Amino acid sequence: MATTGEYLGMTLAIADLDGDNAAYFRFCAQGELRLQRCKACQLMRYPPGAACPWCAGNAFEWVPVSGRGTVYSYTEVRHAVQPAFRAHVPYLALLVELDEQRGRPSEHEAIRMIGNLATADAALAPPELVRAAGIGSRVRIVFARAGPDIAIPLWTLEAAQPPGASPWRYPE
Amino acid sequence: MQTTEHVVEGARHLRGRYAVVGVGETSYTRGSGMTTRALACWAIRNAIRDAGLAPRDIDGMLAYQLGDSIGSIFVAGDLGIRPSFFMDVFGGGSSTEALVGLAMGAIEAGMCSTVVIYRAMNGYSQARVGGTGRAETAISGEELHDRPYGWRTPGQLFAPSFMRHMYEYGTRAEQVAMVRVAHSRHASNNPKALHRKRVTVQDVLASRMICTPLHLLDCCIETDNATAIVVTSIERARDLRHPPAVILGVVGKTCKPRPDMHYQHGPITTVAAKWAAPRLWTGAGLGPEDVDVTGSYDAFTFTTMLQLEDYGFCAKGEGGAYVSSGTIELGGRRPNNTSGGHLCEGYTHGVSMVVENVRQLRRDADDSCPIGVDGRRAHTYDYGEGGCRQVRNVNVTANLGWGTPGYGSALVMARSA
Repeated sequence: MATTGEYLGMTLAIADLDGDNAAYFRFCAQGELRLQRCKACQLMRYPPGAACPWCAGNAFEWVPVSGRGTVYSYTEVRHAVQPAFRAHVPYLALLVELDEQRGRPSEHEAIRMIGNLATADAALAPPELVRAAGIGSRVRIVFARAGPDIAIPLWTLEAAQPPGASPWRYPE
Repeated sequence: MQTTEHVVEGARHLRGRYAVVGVGETSYTRGSGMTTRALACWAIRNAIRDAGLAPRDIDGMLAYQLGDSIGSIFVAGDLGIRPSFFMDVFGGGSSTEALVGLAMGAIEAGMCSTVVIYRAMNGYSQARVGGTGRAETAISGEELHDRPYGWRTPGQLFAPSFMRHMYEYGTRAEQVAMVRVAHSRHASNNPKALHRKRVTVQDVLASRMICTPLHLLDCCIETDNATAIVVTSIERARDLRHPPAVILGVVGKTCKPRPDMHYQHGPITTVAAKWAAPRLWTGAGLGPEDVDVTGSYDAFTFTTMLQLEDYGFCAKGEGGAYVSSGTIELGGRRPNNTSGGHLCEGYTHGVSMVVENVRQLRRDADDSCPIGVDGRRAHTYDYGEGGCRQVRNVNVTANLGWGTPGYGSALVMARSA
């Protein structure tokens, strides 16, 4: 009995044997972002995986993180390839650097998550919001429900943005 | 476990011991009207004939694919080849150069003596890279973290690195567009190329935006085709039809803990090339300044720029200036993708750029120059539209293969003395 869901008309199916993804998306369905933290070296990892990419440790625990971060890079998609997104162009795929674990285990490392820009109630962002986000924007996580045990984590702009500087956007 | 910190010297003892002796391809089309199996046979026949060999002389087969092509053992049977050794690898744009290394290893291990490496794909009419949505399957496994975001095609997946490069280094779209401009000029002198029309920077910037920073013309074309090369020892190579393209060095490199962790690890504007470079250049016994022609994987204009930068053809961050300086054009110091590459000639996951550099080293690029009384092309070195694309006095070429930002491979070849 796979864990299944529907999101924007796409079918999601997490195999029973895929415990890592099942747990990750079940926490999301509960409105919580949790990541695997290695019990040996205490570093978190993303996306979910079978072992620690830093020390190869097997043992881990799911720890809650704030779900707040800064846009590190992004792409604005104007030509959708997947049918589910054709009605939603332009949309942003954001690369969000979480506040936790920045600069660890070394200077250039961080937990950086991909996700779309969305409204506060987790609908894909309309064009005026798309135009407002860029590198440096502060965002927080929201969840779009896809089934009883699956929700898709997305990002919405924080009400408070860094004072002074506007986010960097592709110059046009 | 900092895999990126390793600096390993290349295999000096194999330098000059192997060569590429045959190259071949099919036509580049959008709509081949045949199977990948038939395409593979077509290209391999041409490569074997080009080497001056017969199918019975081939005893090794290496192929790569993404679950979208025929297995090499079927193709061998169709050609009358009875391989001692064959292997089919799951891989994309970083496979060609790496498989040249595997071919050398298989020969060195005594498993075979002469190896065909090929890629056959109906990249337009059957399996399009990145998917088309024609047959959407349920999303599961690793794809749960990309497809639900409409983040799936190579352009979408690589774009955050390209955007960050613009942000960090001030790289401008009009600079990178010059990669397409240069390759289109080269393709105009390549009768095989699918897109032979020369384009301008304005054409690139005015083409529709696919996903920032990639305009339509920043992206390679989708074609149906197969391409093949033949690798053997330098001793056998000396007896064959053409001057051998002597292999000086090969390298393959991953620089990320996992393929899905490119964005977690290291500067995201730096690609595997940076860590492959020391092994490549020490193995080859020379450096980027000694290279006359590059073949840098151009799935996108930006992939070419990033690889040229990280293999050391220019300083980090100066790729935009390098690719827009005229250096990479025919007539410049170090032309890149003289065939027009994947942006203009056709898309075959890297093999075609090796094919081109072998011909450049033979000083026999198949352009429209007249055939002389000796049966060879009399190259004019007039690089105007429809003219020559042979580079003068080519001695050393470098092929730079890109799988993703996180893994790549490379090959340095030289004209035989």
